[in-house]
Amino acid sequence: MFAYVIRRILATIPVMGVVAIFVFLLLHLTPGDPAAVIAGDYASPADVERIRETLGLNRPLHIQFFTWAGRLFQGDLGISIFSKVPVIKLIGQRIEPTLALATTTIFFAVLVAVPLGVLAAWKSGTWIDRSVMIFAVLGFSVPIFIIAYSMIWTLSIHLHWFPVQGYKSFLIQTGTGIDGAAIIGIGFEGVCRDSGRSGCGLVPFFRHITLPSVALGLVYVALIARITRASVMEVLTEDYIRTAHAKGLSSRVVLIRHALKNASVPIVTVIGIGIALLLGGVVVTESVFNIPGLGRLTVDAILHRDYPIIQGLILIFAGVYVLINLLVDISYTFLDPRIRY
Amino acid sequence: MDAIADESLIVRGSLGARVWQYCRRNPTIVIGALLLLMMLIIALLASHLTPDPMKLNPIKRLRVPGEGMLFGTDMYGRDVFARTLHGSRISLLVGLSAAAVSTLFGLTIGLMAGYNRLFDTIVMRFMDGIMAIPSILLAIALVSLTGASVGIVIVAISIPEIPRVVRLVRSVVLTIREQPYVEAAISVGARLPKILLRHILPNTLAPLIVQATYVCASAMITEAILSFLGAGTPPDIPSWGNVISEGRQYFQRAPWIIFFPGVFLTITVLAVNILGDGLRDGLDPRIARQMR
Repeated sequence: MFAYVIRRILATIPVMGVVAIFVFLLLHLTPGDPAAVIAGDYASPADVERIRETLGLNRPLHIQFFTWAGRLFQGDLGISIFSKVPVIKLIGQRIEPTLALATTTIFFAVLVAVPLGVLAAWKSGTWIDRSVMIFAVLGFSVPIFIIAYSMIWTLSIHLHWFPVQGYKSFLIQTGTGIDGAAIIGIGFEGVCRDSGRSGCGLVPFFRHITLPSVALGLVYVALIARITRASVMEVLTEDYIRTAHAKGLSSRVVLIRHALKNASVPIVTVIGIGIALLLGGVVVTESVFNIPGLGRLTVDAILHRDYPIIQGLILIFAGVYVLINLLVDISYTFLDPRIRY
Repeated sequence: MDAIADESLIVRGSLGARVWQYCRRNPTIVIGALLLLMMLIIALLASHLTPDPMKLNPIKRLRVPGEGMLFGTDMYGRDVFARTLHGSRISLLVGLSAAAVSTLFGLTIGLMAGYNRLFDTIVMRFMDGIMAIPSILLAIALVSLTGASVGIVIVAISIPEIPRVVRLVRSVVLTIREQPYVEAAISVGARLPKILLRHILPNTLAPLIVQATYVCASAMITEAILSFLGAGTPPDIPSWGNVISEGRQYFQRAPWIIFFPGVFLTITVLAVNILGDGLRDGLDPRIARQMR
């Protein structure tokens, strides 16, 4: 087990190495002068030269790569061309809304999709099963921004149940320390830690994050529900399920303790693979709902051709994907004791 | 070729009876194909069915659907019906082209990776790396750095899809190459290109066609997202993503600018997905069993 974990961790190194090389070469793969590409169409020769100097683009390619990779190991992702702020600092400032959105979306998706998939498998061939499958196909076919705008139109603009846009942190100022600095904590409603205005806390947070999470989560729900249904249906044909029924166990116990537990490996796998879908969707969702997270930072950086930010964000997103799939792989041994490496 | 030996595809009788039987046994393929055909006809006849989608008419700006304008007008008085119908051209062009490009490259690389261990080791690490980058992020980065054009958008959307096709083809090749008939072909001295083209390639086609439909659906959504975020096709081209992106600012006042292209995009993607599911059930019963 321990050897497997070490082997699996080591296997992520070449993947991240390829990501790093690809991200580094991205600018050089584009036709023309990289400095001119970043500077844009209206830049003066002086601007192009300044960018070339700042990014060290006038040095040999391999020197550029090793310098960049060396800085990367020290946690230095470079400095934004547009705002002149270190990329790591910009990412730090924007990470909370994205983490909150991704976490609530995963919770929402798993809590809805797994019961739906189990129900569809249990009631296989009935209208419940067909409805779940139709929903799964629709979930894959409706783009996130269409779902998002439909929900804003009905639930926010017409029914006034949720705010149209924006983000409110769940962190509030809970008091003042002896040095006068604010003490930050979690509370239902209170003063925001950054702006000093009221309107933050768990209640405003959930009011603002519900629609984005549901909009982003529907495609994920479709994916997980479909796989859950397929794997539970397969497990339901096993002999031990018949034995469990024959012992007189209730359907609920058979479904949850016997079927779902044994069907968990493919479900957890698809949750891991779906993270790429989720991270891509974050970019769109944050744009529609005006959430100041990493997705919005990505769009802003791309529109400004702020290359160091684009590089940093791709690395962070790819790193999260690799890390989550590493955890998924390791979880197999806990979920299914038959799996031994 | 056991993959296509599905009951549902074996039909007998006259041609008309066979077509009818096939349609009855595979309703999803028929529904998906008909919807897609309808969208293709709309795309081809868009210029004949509607006025100029770029024609400005400020006097008629933000007209409600129905007042002489079937889908209403946008903030510049342009006909949303014309823009929606013309948008189908870009979406279908990008979807079908991305499916073709990624399938062609994926098939070539996958065949080679499945048969050559050294090539496999190097290429699959590279593919794993690309798969770790969210496809939308990779596509918008590529478009923003190379400049927006329909060709660039197709390439940018195809690149993240290639590893998925490579993985699929490689897995089929790894299974097929151990089959007795391939060993027999090797033993009678058949050369590698012949083995790949005559014995292995036909077995990859069924799952590949199914995968191509999913790539097509995903590419259409990605194209719309890229244009929506301002990193897709040039704004002067009325793609669905561009029309929706321009309508964002007026969403509360004129939701129809977003609604109609959104519905058309959804129907098209749904058609391709339904067709893909139908083909999967018909052509590849092994995957169908896993998904059912």
